[in-house]
Amino acid sequence: MYNLFKKSTVLALAIALGAGVMAGCGGEKKAEKPAADVKVEGKVAASGSTALLPLLKVGQEEFYKQHDKVTINLSGGGSFTGQKQVASGAVDIGNSDVALSDDLKDQGLVETKLVGIPFVFITNKDVTVDNLSAQQYVDILTGKITNWKEVGGADQKITLIHRAKSSGSRATIADVVLKGAQFTDNAVIQDSNGAVRSAIGTTPGAIGYVDAAYVDESVKALSYDGVKFSIDAVTGGKYPVYTFGRMFTKGEPKGAVKAFIDYVTSSAFQEANAEKQGFVPVTKMAK
Amino acid sequence: MKQHDINRLRTDKWAKYVLLACAAFLTIIILALIVFMGQQGLQTFLDVSPLEFFFSADWNPDNGKFGAFSFIAGSILVTVFSILVGGPIGILGAIFIAKLAPKWMRNILQPAVNLYMAIPSVVYGYIGLTVVVPAVRDFFDVPIGFGVFTASLILSIMILPTVISISNDALLSVPKMLEEGSVALGATYWQTIWNIVLPAARPGIVTAVILGMARAIGETMAVQMVIGNSPRLVDSLFAPTSTLPSEIVVEMGNTPFGSTWGNSLFMMALVLLLISLLMIFVVRKISSNAEVRA
Amino acid sequence: MNAKLYDKMAKALLWGIGFLLIIILAAFLGYTLYKGLPVLSFKFIFGMPSDMEAGGGVGPQLFNTLYILFLSMAFSVVIAIGAAIYLSEYAKDTVTTRFIRLSTESLATVPSIVLGLFGMIIFVDMLGLGFSIIGGALALSLLNLPLLVRVTEEAIRAVPQTYREASLALGATKWQTICKVVLPEAFGGIVTGIMLASGRAIGESAILIFTAGTTVSRYFPDFDLSAGGETLAVHLWYVMAIGLVPDRLEIANGIGALLILVVLVINLIFILLQRKFKSA
Repeated sequence: MYNLFKKSTVLALAIALGAGVMAGCGGEKKAEKPAADVKVEGKVAASGSTALLPLLKVGQEEFYKQHDKVTINLSGGGSFTGQKQVASGAVDIGNSDVALSDDLKDQGLVETKLVGIPFVFITNKDVTVDNLSAQQYVDILTGKITNWKEVGGADQKITLIHRAKSSGSRATIADVVLKGAQFTDNAVIQDSNGAVRSAIGTTPGAIGYVDAAYVDESVKALSYDGVKFSIDAVTGGKYPVYTFGRMFTKGEPKGAVKAFIDYVTSSAFQEANAEKQGFVPVTKMAK
Repeated sequence: MKQHDINRLRTDKWAKYVLLACAAFLTIIILALIVFMGQQGLQTFLDVSPLEFFFSADWNPDNGKFGAFSFIAGSILVTVFSILVGGPIGILGAIFIAKLAPKWMRNILQPAVNLYMAIPSVVYGYIGLTVVVPAVRDFFDVPIGFGVFTASLILSIMILPTVISISNDALLSVPKMLEEGSVALGATYWQTIWNIVLPAARPGIVTAVILGMARAIGETMAVQMVIGNSPRLVDSLFAPTSTLPSEIVVEMGNTPFGSTWGNSLFMMALVLLLISLLMIFVVRKISSNAEVRA
Repeated sequence: MNAKLYDKMAKALLWGIGFLLIIILAAFLGYTLYKGLPVLSFKFIFGMPSDMEAGGGVGPQLFNTLYILFLSMAFSVVIAIGAAIYLSEYAKDTVTTRFIRLSTESLATVPSIVLGLFGMIIFVDMLGLGFSIIGGALALSLLNLPLLVRVTEEAIRAVPQTYREASLALGATKWQTICKVVLPEAFGGIVTGIMLASGRAIGESAILIFTAGTTVSRYFPDFDLSAGGETLAVHLWYVMAIGLVPDRLEIANGIGALLILVVLVINLIFILLQRKFKSA
């Protein structure tokens, strides 16, 4: 009798858990209260992609308002640091803006898509060009075109300022824009979106790309193949330059970790914060 | 013997071993660093020939190209340039503080030198990025302000406290008698400094220069912000290139640990460590030669 | 005649260099303070940070900076003094001691990025400390050690030999001599060493990004060693490189000024400590 009771409890829990996961991922349900009724406590450690930190830090601030017994440790380090550390158990959540690396595929890591990350090409404000075609981007990034006058601008040298070879942003651009062509090495490399933006903002004739979140008045945003970046352009399939931000956990998330992931992937949080931060809510993405 | 005496003698004996343990701890750390960096870094050579790693400037990990020569060259270049500017200024500054400056000036300069050390490297880098890079670009009328020139300029300031404080110690340890003798023989102030004090303090000053270079070659954050970090061989002082530490810090976070790529970054760290150790050996050689002569 | 002219020129050059040193420092400090002082307010210095809206503070980062500094000094000062005493008072010129001395000097030249990677793998991953205050403090103490050993050893060597002889002649053991005579006499020098190492440790970022992390605890102040250990210098890098908060430039400027003020205040405390000890 006792055993039976135990089994049914486990079963009920499992069902509840499964439902929770589905609710977290699916996001079909409107205005769900993000798991505030379950009292969770404990510590959540996360590391990884720096691009996702600002959004997660907002999530952390909001999450704290509902859960006074949970402490969340958010660190950067880079996407692969996050993947490696979650696989080794050093952290509970590994944040990444690239897919799981091949050698970690057998570690039982579970992926939760967090948000769509669009990229925008930006230039220094003295550049007069507003739009480049896909082929012109390829020519500039590979070093074939080195002067703005070749693409209808003033007679000014083009300076490419972007990210290091290991960067997830760069990998996405290589994938989506270059389609296998090689970046020129004749470029200034900065370690982060913020640094790329400030370098472009202060260097005449500079061009580069940043996560959409980092576009501000210090630089000028370019259109891609005639399409200006907007959330609708991404969700409508017109603006192809984006990737996914993902959270990896070792096995299915549980307890406070699950509560936090559920919270930041809930449609309420996503719709209130993702767009404001320049991300596309995962609830609006096609897949 | 009284119990009290036995106790204190026993303490005396134990103290020695505890102190030895403290000192040995430092050895353990450095050995651990070498073993660890070596174990991780040397795995690079399972996939990449050492010849390619050290002498090719083709850094293209996606295509299996791991030539680190441009980073090694970049590191050496910024180090040499920064010591060419910062070295003389630092040594002259130390002479001024140790031998010429009146007391009030010394009371300003000594804390000032310590304050140089207290300015965080991110602040050096931040000012470099927002002020020096645009200034260099406009002043020399070049398209990009990032590069070896700007990095060396910032570094030559950052190494000043190291160069000054160690040269200063060396100059102060020159016996007063030597100077007084020279002046008594009718030599001018500068002749005394040039002919008597500097030669006597030379080992210490050389040490200062070498440790200044060690500081320059290892600097990470400030260089990373102003050098451009481009993995290509330097062909101009005003073109972006990269150094070992800047390449490590820019790529490490996004590189899979244990992959050839990740290992090659650890190999770069090992190279950096070995260069630093080499400098120490040079310093020790100099000071032991000086002792033999004295 | 020529010699006199040279002499004059050389003196002028040296004075010029002296002023140049002050001018460069004043330019760096002045620029940083000019940009940052207007940002500093009680709310900024002691407030909680925000990644959402302008007006966040750096209270936890300031606390972490001081807390990690204190912990790393607690670890390293004891070991450094022990090692320095051994090297200056006990070490005979054997292979062992030469090796130890060599290691100390070598450690001093290890680039901070190498220490950061080492700290991340050993403390954060292998010991499982995570990105935390304790992980950062341990890694930082590796940076402090060599400088502390060097300065402490010099201070101990500067104590006149006659003091030791007098103490030993009175029947004190070597250990008693060290504790009662040598260390108090070398105290001023040791404090200088701590002061120098503190200045460097406060501004360190390359090591701490990889060990203490870029987050702070939700509580302030939080003495929990496993809490996130983002310091002021790391936060400066963070807001410039990654942060999205609208007032990030003001925050960066404010942190620059605050860092310099913290170093100045700590130097002042140590200098007063030295004076008080000297006069006593």
